[in-house]
Amino acid sequence: MENDYYVCTGCALLCDDIGVELEGGKLNKVHTACRKGFAFMKGCTNPMECAVNGERTDIDSAIKEAASILRNAERPLIFGHANSSSGAQKKAIDIARKTNGFIDDTSSFCQGPMVEAIMEGKLKTCTLDDVRHKADVIIYWGADPANSHPRHMSRYSYFPRGKERQRGWEEDRTAITIDVRKSDTAEICGQNGFYQIPVKGDAEFMDAMVSALSGKIPKTSYDLDKKKLLELASILKKAKFGVIFAGLGMVYALDDREPLYKLMDKLNSVSNFHLIPMAGHYNMRGFNENLFEETGYINRVKFSGEEVLHGPEYSVVEALRQKAVDAALVIGADPLSSLPRSVVRYLEEIPLIVIDPCHTLTSVKANVTIPCGLVGVETGGSAVRMDGIEIEVKQIVDTDRLSDEEIMTRISEAL
Amino acid sequence: MASVMEIYQLLPKTNCKECGKSTCMAFAVDLLSRKVKVGDCPPLVREDKYKANYEKLSGMFTPVDNVTETGLIVHADKCIGCGNCVVACPVNVAADPMGAGSGKAPTCDRIILKVEDGIVKAMNVQECRRFGENKILCVACIDTCPTKAIEFV
Repeated sequence: MENDYYVCTGCALLCDDIGVELEGGKLNKVHTACRKGFAFMKGCTNPMECAVNGERTDIDSAIKEAASILRNAERPLIFGHANSSSGAQKKAIDIARKTNGFIDDTSSFCQGPMVEAIMEGKLKTCTLDDVRHKADVIIYWGADPANSHPRHMSRYSYFPRGKERQRGWEEDRTAITIDVRKSDTAEICGQNGFYQIPVKGDAEFMDAMVSALSGKIPKTSYDLDKKKLLELASILKKAKFGVIFAGLGMVYALDDREPLYKLMDKLNSVSNFHLIPMAGHYNMRGFNENLFEETGYINRVKFSGEEVLHGPEYSVVEALRQKAVDAALVIGADPLSSLPRSVVRYLEEIPLIVIDPCHTLTSVKANVTIPCGLVGVETGGSAVRMDGIEIEVKQIVDTDRLSDEEIMTRISEAL
Repeated sequence: MASVMEIYQLLPKTNCKECGKSTCMAFAVDLLSRKVKVGDCPPLVREDKYKANYEKLSGMFTPVDNVTETGLIVHADKCIGCGNCVVACPVNVAADPMGAGSGKAPTCDRIILKVEDGIVKAMNVQECRRFGENKILCVACIDTCPTKAIEFV
C-alpha cells in the first residue's frame, strides 16, 4: 500500500492522507480523496492559456504587461487569494503595498466575521485534531459538510474514533444540525438531532438557547418545540468538549455577532464549547492570517503610503460598486461567478489581470491571463486549514507552468 | 427500495408461467433479489397495455454491475466519496483501527470498503458481516451514507 501521502487542496480540510498512483507523469489513481477532491486534483478540463488582450503570448511579456497595468493604476484592486498558496498571498500583499492598492479576499463576503472574532480572541476555538480526539457534542450550524466538505464528518468530526472517544459515533458522539432545511448532514444526524429554524432565525434561536441553558422557558417569535429545545440545552450542558461548526448560513443570518458571543459565553460557563468556521476554499484562512500579521486586519484593506486603511468601504463589493478602483488583479478566485452581476460588471470596464490554472468566467473578460500551476498537484507551497493549522503542500507531478508564488514574485519585481 | 407487493402490483398478475416461475408473486420475489431482470417477463415486454408498468419497473431496477456476493451495490453516480461508510464499517475498524477506523487513509489490505478516485469500492466482501454462516443484518454503511448510494439487495 502507498505510504507516501499528499495533500488535497479541494477544500479547507486539506486532507493530508491522499495516496496517488502515477502513470506517464500524470495522475492515474487517487486513493482516499473524496469526489470533490478527486475532481479538483484531476485538474481543469479547460486550462487557461497565457494571453494579452486575447492574443497568445509568452509568460515574460504577459508578466510585463501585468506589471505595467498595475504601475499605471492609481488604485488597483488585488483580489482573490483563497485558492493560492501562502507564499503567493504574501507577495500579493507586497504588490498591494507597492501600488497603494486595495486588497481583499473572498472571506470579505464569506467567513470573514468568524475568522476575525477568532483571531481577536473573542471566540474560543480548537483544532480539528482536538475534535477528532475529544469532541462529544458536535453542532453543524448553517453548514452542510456532507456536501461542502465531504470528508469532514468521516475524518474529523463525527465518525472517527479518537483518543478519548474510542467508541466513535455510535456511543461517544452526538451530532446536531441547526439549519433552515433538512440537508444531507441533517439526514445523518437523524430526526432527534435536527433543529429546523426559519431563514434569519439564528439570532433568536441563540437567545432562546441562552434562556434554555439558564433554566428559563425559551421564547421565539416563530413556532419552535420548547421541549425539544430544553432537551438540546441538557445535551449541551452535559458536553465535555463541544464544538460548533459555523457555516455560511449562520454568518449571513447574523447582523452582528453579539447573540453568538452571548451564547458562547453561556455555553462556556456551563460546559466547554469551541467554534470553528467552515471555510470553503483551501487557503482563505491563510490569507486572513497573513494579512493580519502584516496589517492587523484580516481583509478589506487599502494601502495608502505608510498608512493602512480598513473598513467596509474597502471591501471588494463596495470598491467595485463605488467604482473606486481603476485596475484589478484576480488570483485564485472567480468573482464573476461568485458575486452579483451588478457588482462585478465594473470589472469589465477596467484593465483586468487573472492568474489561475483554469479558464474561469472572470478570465474570459480579462485583458491579461497568466496560467499558474495547480497548487497541491503541479506545484507545492503551504496553506492554512480551516482551524488555523498550517499544512505543507507537496508537488505531485511535474509541469512547465510557473507556480503562483513565482508569478507574483516576478510581477512584484517588475513593478 | 420498493416492497415485493409494490413490484407485484406492477406485474401482469396473470400467472402465465411464461417466465418459468409458477406465479407472478414468485417472479416479484426473485426480481427484488435481482435474480431475474424486468425484461424476463415476456408479457410485460410484449404487450402494450403493460408498457407504463414496464417502464416504471425498469426505472426501479436500474442495471447495476458489480453486485458483490453479499448483495452490496455502490451506486457510483450517487457516491460522493465522503468515506463515512469506510470509517463506520465495523469490519474496517477491527482490521485497521488506526487507519480507516480513525478516519485516515487505510493502512492494511483486509478492509472491505475504501475510497478510490472519489468513489467507494468494495473488496474482501467475504469479511462483511452480512456474509457467511453467522451473518447478521449490519447496516452501518447504509445508515451513514448521506446520499443513499449504498444498497443491499
